[in-house]
Parts: sequence; C-alpha cells; structure tokens
Amino acid sequence: MASPADAPIDYAAAMVTAPTSAADWIVVAPVLAPILLGAVLLMVRHKPVLHPWIALPGLAIVLASTVALVARVAAEGPLVMTMGGWLPPFGISFAADMLGSVLAMTAAFVALVCAAVAVRDIDTTGRRYGFYPFVMLLMAGVEGSFLTGDIFNLYVWFEVFLISSFGLIVLGSERSQLDGATKYAVLNLVATTLFLIGTGYLYGIFGTLNMADIARKAPGLRETAPLMTLATIYLLAFGMKAAAFPVNFWLPASYHTPRIVVAALFGGLLTKVGIYALLRTQVMFFPVERAVLSDVIAWVAVATMMLGVLGALAQSDIRRVLGFLVISGIGVMLAGLALGTPAGISGAVVYAVHSIIVMTALYLLAGEIAERTGGYSLHDVAGLYRVSPALAAAALLLVLSVAGLPPGSGLWPKVMLVRASLEEGAGMLAFAILASGFLITIAMGRMFALVFWREGENLAVTREARREGLLLLAVLVAPAIAIGLWPQPLIALGDAAAAGLLDPSSYLGAVFPQGAQP
Amino acid sequence: MRTVIFGSIAPYLTSLMVLFSVFVLLRGHNEPGGGFIGGLIAASAFAIYGIACGVSPVRRALRFHPMAISGAGLLTSALSGLVSLGYATPFLTGLWAPEGFMGIEFAFSSVLFFDIGVYLVVVGSITSIALALEERESD
Amino acid sequence: METALSVTVGCFFAISVYLLLSKHVIRIMLGVGVLGNAVNLLIFTNGRLLREVPPIIAPGMSTPAMEIANPLPQALVLTAIVISFSLFAFMLVLAFRAYQSLGTDDTDGMRVAEPADEKLPPLGY
Repeated sequence: MASPADAPIDYAAAMVTAPTSAADWIVVAPVLAPILLGAVLLMVRHKPVLHPWIALPGLAIVLASTVALVARVAAEGPLVMTMGGWLPPFGISFAADMLGSVLAMTAAFVALVCAAVAVRDIDTTGRRYGFYPFVMLLMAGVEGSFLTGDIFNLYVWFEVFLISSFGLIVLGSERSQLDGATKYAVLNLVATTLFLIGTGYLYGIFGTLNMADIARKAPGLRETAPLMTLATIYLLAFGMKAAAFPVNFWLPASYHTPRIVVAALFGGLLTKVGIYALLRTQVMFFPVERAVLSDVIAWVAVATMMLGVLGALAQSDIRRVLGFLVISGIGVMLAGLALGTPAGISGAVVYAVHSIIVMTALYLLAGEIAERTGGYSLHDVAGLYRVSPALAAAALLLVLSVAGLPPGSGLWPKVMLVRASLEEGAGMLAFAILASGFLITIAMGRMFALVFWREGENLAVTREARREGLLLLAVLVAPAIAIGLWPQPLIALGDAAAAGLLDPSSYLGAVFPQGAQP
Repeated sequence: MRTVIFGSIAPYLTSLMVLFSVFVLLRGHNEPGGGFIGGLIAASAFAIYGIACGVSPVRRALRFHPMAISGAGLLTSALSGLVSLGYATPFLTGLWAPEGFMGIEFAFSSVLFFDIGVYLVVVGSITSIALALEERESD
Repeated sequence: METALSVTVGCFFAISVYLLLSKHVIRIMLGVGVLGNAVNLLIFTNGRLLREVPPIIAPGMSTPAMEIANPLPQALVLTAIVISFSLFAFMLVLAFRAYQSLGTDDTDGMRVAEPADEKLPPLGY
C-alpha cells in the first residue's frame, strides 16, 4: 500500500481540478449570504437601527439567488458544488435539484416578507436580544437543508435552524413562551436525535453520507442490509419534525406563544423542512421501502389531516386554530408521499409551496387582527369588517386558499392529490383530503364570520393600525391567488421536482460527472 | 468562590490559559489541537476569571460583547471560504500562499483563517453562556 | 468489542428513555444528556472498531503505510458532541428559566401555554 513520496500524486483522482465558474456560486449563496450578514448583525447587535438595513438586503440576496437557481436548474438540470474541491463522495456537496430549489425560493420569499413585517413589529428590545441575527441563522439552516447533498450536513443544518428557532421562540421571555419553548425544545431535540441515530446506522450500512452515493448504492444493498429499519427511523424522525400524527403534539403546544412574526416564520417554514427531508429520504433513497410503508404513511396522513382539523374546530384562540391547520396541511402532503406516484409527489410539492405562503400569511393576518383589536380570542374579537374592509378581503382570500376553494392556491394541489389517489384506488386518502377541506372551510369560515361580520359593540379597538402591515400581507396574498388562477408554471415545477426525485439519474450525473456507477 | 488565594492567582492563570489556547490554535495546523479546543481553553480561562473576580471585570477585560466576538469569528470563517471565489475553486477550498507571508516561512493559508474564526466563535459563544450562568448565580 | 459497545449503547438508550418519560423537567434534561452520549457511541460503533493506528500519513509518504482507523466517525461524533453540547447548554438555561418563572418543574403543572380551562369557541352570534 505504501508509496514513496517522489511518485507523482494524481490530484485529479481526489480533487476537482476544473475551474469553478462564479455562476455556480448561486448554489451556496442562499446559505452564505445569511451566515455572513448574520455574523455582521451579531457584531452590531447594540445598534438596533442598523439591523433591518443589513437583514433585508441579505434576505433579498437569498431570494435573488434562489430564483436564479430555479431558472438554472429548470434549464440545465441539477447544480452541484462540492466544498473544498474534494471529489464527491469525500467532499460535502451542495446539490440543488428542482425540489430543493423550488422550496428554497418559496422559503426565501416568505422570510423576506416576515423580516419586513418585523421592522415594525419587533421593537428595539427584541432587536437587541438578537431577532435579526436569529432570523438570518434560521434562514441559513433552512436554505442549507433544502440545498445540501449530504445527509450528515442535512443534520447539521437541521440543528442550525433548530437552535435559532429556540432563540426566536423565547423572544420576550413571557411565561407562556417559556412553557411552550420547553416542550418545543425537548421534543424537537428528540426528533433530531432520532435523525442522528438513523444517520449513524446509515453510515454503518452504506459507508457513505453523500445523498447521491446513497441513492446509487441502495439497490445493491437492498437484499442484505436492513434498509427497512432505516426508512422507518427516518419516517419517525422527519414525521416528528413535520408534526405528523401521533408525534405532533409539540406544535400546538408552542406555535401560538412566540411573537406573531416568529410564529409566521415557523408555521410557514419549519414543518416543510421535515416534509422535504421525508420526500428526499423516502422517495430518493428508499423507494421500495416506501412502497412497503405506504399503508402506514397513508393512515398517518389521514389521522394527521383529521386530527389537525378537528383540533382547529375546538380552539378559540386564532393562533391555535392556525397551529392545528398547519398540522392538517402536513397530512395532505403526507398523502402525496403515501401515493408515491409522480402525480402524488408533484401534488405534495405544490401543496408545500402553497402551505409555506398561505400559513405564513394567515399568521401575519392574525397579527393584523390583533393589532386592530388587541387580542386573538374568537370570543372577544368582532366587527372588524367595519374597521378595515381591505383586511377582510385579504382574510377571505386566505380562508379560501387554505380551505382549497377557488380562487385560492390550495385548490390545485388538492385536485392533483385527489385525482392521484383515485387513480391509485386509495379512496380513503381522497375522502380524507376532501373531508378535511370541508371541515377547514367550517373552522375558517366561522373564524371569518366571528371576527369580521359579528356586530362588535363591545369591541375594544385599541390601536390605530398602520398601512405597511396590510401592504405586506397583500404581497403574500397575491402569489397565493396567482397560483390559484394560473397554476400551470408551479405545477410544471412540481412535476419536474417529482420526476427528479423518482428517477435521480440526472442528480447522480450532476454529482458524479465522471460516471454514475460506483 | 472569592477566596484570597483563588482571587490573586486567577489573573495569572487566565493569562497563561489564553496564551496556551493561542498556542493550541496555531499548533492545530498540522498536529493535534485546533480552533475548537483552543477556543474551549480560552473560554474556560474567562470562566475562571469570572468565578474568581466577578462577571463585570471579565466583560470589561473582553471589551467586546462575547456574542460580537463570536460574530466576528463566524465572519472570518465564512470569508476564508469566500476567498475561493477569486481562485475559481469551490467554496471553502484550502488555499496556501506559496511563499509564506512577508518573507516569513509559515503556512499562510485560508485554512488558518478558518481555524481562527472557529476559535473566536467558540470563545464568544461559550464565554457568553458561562458569564450568563455566573451572573445568575450571584443574584 | 463491538458486542460490548452495542450492549453499552443499549443500556444508555434504556436509561435515557426512562428519564425522558419522567414528568420532571430536570430528569428529562438528564435523559437528553444521556441520549446524546448514546447516539455518539452508536455512531462510533457503526464506524467499525479497529485496533489500528491513527489515520495520519507519515512524512515522506503519499498513502498510509498500513491499515488505519476510520477517521470519519470521529469527525461525525465531534460534530455531534459540539451540537448536542450547545443545545444542552441552551436547554439547561431554558429549563432553569421556566422553573423560575412557572414555579414548577412538573410537566403536568406546566399549563400556561395550554390552559386546562380554555373555553370552546362561540357557537353563534
């Protein structure tokens, strides 16, 4: 094995020798920009006036680079950059395929809107505490999760956004926040630990952590190695991160406690990262095991949808209603995973995009309601239609979107999923999607009627609301309605994402240009 | 914990430990050591100083807020990876200056700056947690 | 050697699950601490144990002279230790603050965020 030092070392066998074009950097820019600017924000923490001026351009860079990434992936296929120039599978790769880049783009968009809302909503104390640095690190974690091509690196990004979310959830240090944060922290830590356990076993079985390498080695190991165990551990771990029944109870316990901007970010982004990881592992690594587990996933999906919406019906705090709606939406995406057909996965991806935008918008809507009335309880809030018809219009459009009624964005993914389930003969899933949509209509319709139409003589309009909040809400409502009216582009992206997941040969080819066979 | 012996020894102990931490940081380039362990040693030095002399002298001695230090470290590490952009290599590629630096023979590289960044991140964040816990103990 | 470590990992997991199922936050914290160590040991065992030399290439060589230990699990464990350490530090502070503020470390008594006597939503208006 030993070779003398004077023998020429063949660097091309271990290193990337071709020059990397500057345009390839868009695959790391969504992670690098928030880290760099988050670091700068940490250094100027005592100057809160500067914070938005650093954070907003940073998030705009993230959005711009993810938009460029989607365009590039659509045109040329997956884009890969391997850290340090070590050839995969030895170096840690960043690999953007359609699934990752579409979700990364949507996440960057809602984060930018939330950061803009926070300019007004988070006061100097919250900024000194570190709201913007935490948001930047949260975004680095979320974007890193969507774009990384290495399973252990995915774990690291999970922890990055988890620890930033710990910081954000206790912003304000109220009693209910500490209570909710304790449950959130313990259960999420258990979930990521399960993920780490699975990754430890995966390394023991595969001897590699590169996602493309795992995908190409899995068929050869299927007969001999306990891949079923791995798939089940990952299903449990990411199901817990995504708040799927029966491991969803951390979400309604905590998501109504933080500041409403923080809740909007969490409700939009964090559970969808879990769904992304489920799609990535179950469909790309373990398609055969996923097919075996599909009955389990289908029942989990049905239970998650129904439990979510029944919980939403029983709550009187608007934020808690929304927390349960997040869970119900997770069930719809799991239905797509349970089907596993191109149409089903495409529906799940489109639903994830819809859910990121609409759930964030709904939480921000709750913030606007509270700003005008001083509370979140359905018992107290009333008569808002008189105060702000524009807010009522935005609320109506969002209610239609989340319930899956035209012209909202929820309609098309649900149509896709119902049709896909009927094609597969999974009538139960189709029924659950339709029934949960019907019950969401009741829950949200009741909220709308109580908050906006009920005569509110005893209403305490505490503060005069400013216009920016409504404007930023409109920025989120507009794409939701646009998707509802003109869904073809998004469905095309979803189809491309599903095709890339089900047949990862282009992904493998991008990571291993020298040949996809080991 | 404010005994005379501990209180008078702590400043010397702290300065020695910080010096040693820098040694470990630089030694880590090719031998056991490195930014993380060096940062831990420095952070425990500040924690000892805080136990012996109180938290506010430590904060005064550090001049910057610990989180600002860790932000500076994060920035250094990320920028050391960004150098690759100018050399058409992938992010975080280790780059060495061929001739040392200003005629002095040592490995002047982006890796070194990455390690210094890690050192500062660890010093900043661990010191910040330790000082917060010590402050709470005193009141 | 792998067998002994596997049994140890199993014991660690048993202890941590027992502690995590407790009602008291401080025991849950201890469980989280043990769980982190159990996982680290698990990754280490999964990397295969070899009684071999450290993975350092001797000066003047371009490949290692003999079979070497697998360095990757050590890197993974180090990363996991750093992460679990920082999360654990945060959670200890959080648990302490929650105890101070809520006056209990019994999770059954922590009902501030989800009050037990919450009213159902109004049925009409």
